[in-house]
Amino acid sequence: MPEITRDEVAHLATLARIDLDDAELDHLAPQLSVILESVASISGVAGDDVPPTSHPVPLTNVFREDVVRPSLTPEQALSGAPASEQQRFAVPRILGDEQ
Amino acid sequence: MSDTLVAFDDVLASYDPALGLEVHVELNTATKMFCGCPAVFGGEPNTQVCPTCLGLPGAMPVVNGKAVESAIRIGLALNCEIAEWCRFARKNYFYPDMPKNFQTSQYDEPICFEGWMDVDVDGETFRVEIERAHMEEDTGKSLHVGGATGRIHGADYSLVDYNRAGIPLIEIVTKPIRGAGAKAPAVARAYVSQLRDLIVALGVSEARMDQGNLRADVNLSLAPKDSGTLGTRTETKNVNSFRSVERAVRYEMQRHAAILDSGGAIFQETRHWHEDTGVTTSGRPKSDADDYRYFPEPDLVPVAPSREWVEELRGTLPENPVERRARLQAEWGYTDLEMRDVVASGLLGPIEETVAAGASAQAARKWWIAELTRRANDAGVDVVDLGVSPAQVAAVQALVDAGTINDKLARQVFDGLLAGEGTPEEIVAARGLAVVSDDGALGAAVDAAIAANPDVADKIRDGKVAAAGALIGAVMKEMRGQADAARVRELILEKLA
Ligand SMILES: [Zn+2]
Repeated sequence: MPEITRDEVAHLATLARIDLDDAELDHLAPQLSVILESVASISGVAGDDVPPTSHPVPLTNVFREDVVRPSLTPEQALSGAPASEQQRFAVPRILGDEQ
Repeated sequence: MSDTLVAFDDVLASYDPALGLEVHVELNTATKMFCGCPAVFGGEPNTQVCPTCLGLPGAMPVVNGKAVESAIRIGLALNCEIAEWCRFARKNYFYPDMPKNFQTSQYDEPICFEGWMDVDVDGETFRVEIERAHMEEDTGKSLHVGGATGRIHGADYSLVDYNRAGIPLIEIVTKPIRGAGAKAPAVARAYVSQLRDLIVALGVSEARMDQGNLRADVNLSLAPKDSGTLGTRTETKNVNSFRSVERAVRYEMQRHAAILDSGGAIFQETRHWHEDTGVTTSGRPKSDADDYRYFPEPDLVPVAPSREWVEELRGTLPENPVERRARLQAEWGYTDLEMRDVVASGLLGPIEETVAAGASAQAARKWWIAELTRRANDAGVDVVDLGVSPAQVAAVQALVDAGTINDKLARQVFDGLLAGEGTPEEIVAARGLAVVSDDGALGAAVDAAIAANPDVADKIRDGKVAAAGALIGAVMKEMRGQADAARVRELILEKLA
């Protein structure tokens, strides 16, 4: 049975930039395990002839013509930004590295 | 702080290098990968963005069919298999160059896989195996404000332009390239250079390294010599010229060797290449943050290229540049050395056109390599810019083949062509260059030559036919080069029989 450890939850929380304290980790790790087990029970029902699927609708090859459509204006694009400068989105200092 | 380096030859005495290259190709589609924003370079900041490429809630991406077509064509040109069915995946990370907090990419189902490309280095062929070529999207551009300008370190905040975010990218990844030894830097360079030729021939990207349309990441590791193992690698990012690719490989080989020689260990990390100083510096160590938690992109349906479509696209492939060279060499019967000269001079195309216009391959090579290249050098221009067309070269050779002129007179025809005196035929007429083959005029000149050289004439009468050369020379001189040398020879031998 799948089980998620407290350490794994802590790791995922870090990756997802969610700040969890010890009490929250103690509380959430077992809950997530229960959720995973519940979901896993579905795979018990599926026979070998049922492949895992990510897309419930049996569609493939939905393509768009390579034709330009109007973009937003910079004002519209930046209207929801907490801060902007020089027509760019202003974001907090980045400590990581470029991908 | 500078790195300790080991002399290049000493690196090879102790270690075997393994290379890996990841090349990102920005496609030249009109629109982005998943939305209709223009994919052109150089617009004002944030003028080519929409809810989809900004990752606004509720916006739905739709795949650009043209980008898929380009991906398949690149894969086919690299001798790859094309997936029958594959999906996009989300690569999750927190860095503001992607506003969605993920990059749409492909994970374990690349559209192209298991290919190869043969790379020529100094006449030796290396087969570079291609692991995969997958579709993804480019990221936005960050400007770091405060602290050291433009650099991340010490920046107070960053400003992001998302015009580039979502432009279609194809990432082409090689398998580890082993066994190149001392040629590893040259192989890396040749691979990127020949890959660019291929991309240009396919017409799928501007492929300008200086503009970032084509970006190379260079992986390098060293293993103890003949151990057959793979060492720990470093990944030098965004090496943006062919020359830098070669230098970066060389530098990392020398740097790794120094660390390993002193008993140290290489840490897996990204490194930055510095074009100005020719060194790499430490970027970011491999860390927990590299857990990208890929999962299938639920908003995009799978891509399942039909075999009919794949074969149709295969029919649109240009001839592979390496195969083209091999084919032309075989057709033309050039030696390896002759072929290398032609390729190095960039004359493959002009010679091919000259041959197509009717000249023999050897004649075409002779005029382009010996005659026109010399003239171009004298004029300080590139031979293709000299102003003589392949059709004109073929026309000059046709006059030689017809016996109207000889090679020496042909040079004067080129003088006329460069001086803009008209077609080769017009120049021959205007300059009075046609060879004389009429027996009356030639006969008189032959008689004069025999009379002036009685001892030579005696030798020929005694059967020493080779001595005829001296008399032919005398006749040619008399006729100012405009005599049909073959007919002159016949006349001499007839008269002295
Ligand atoms: Zn867009």
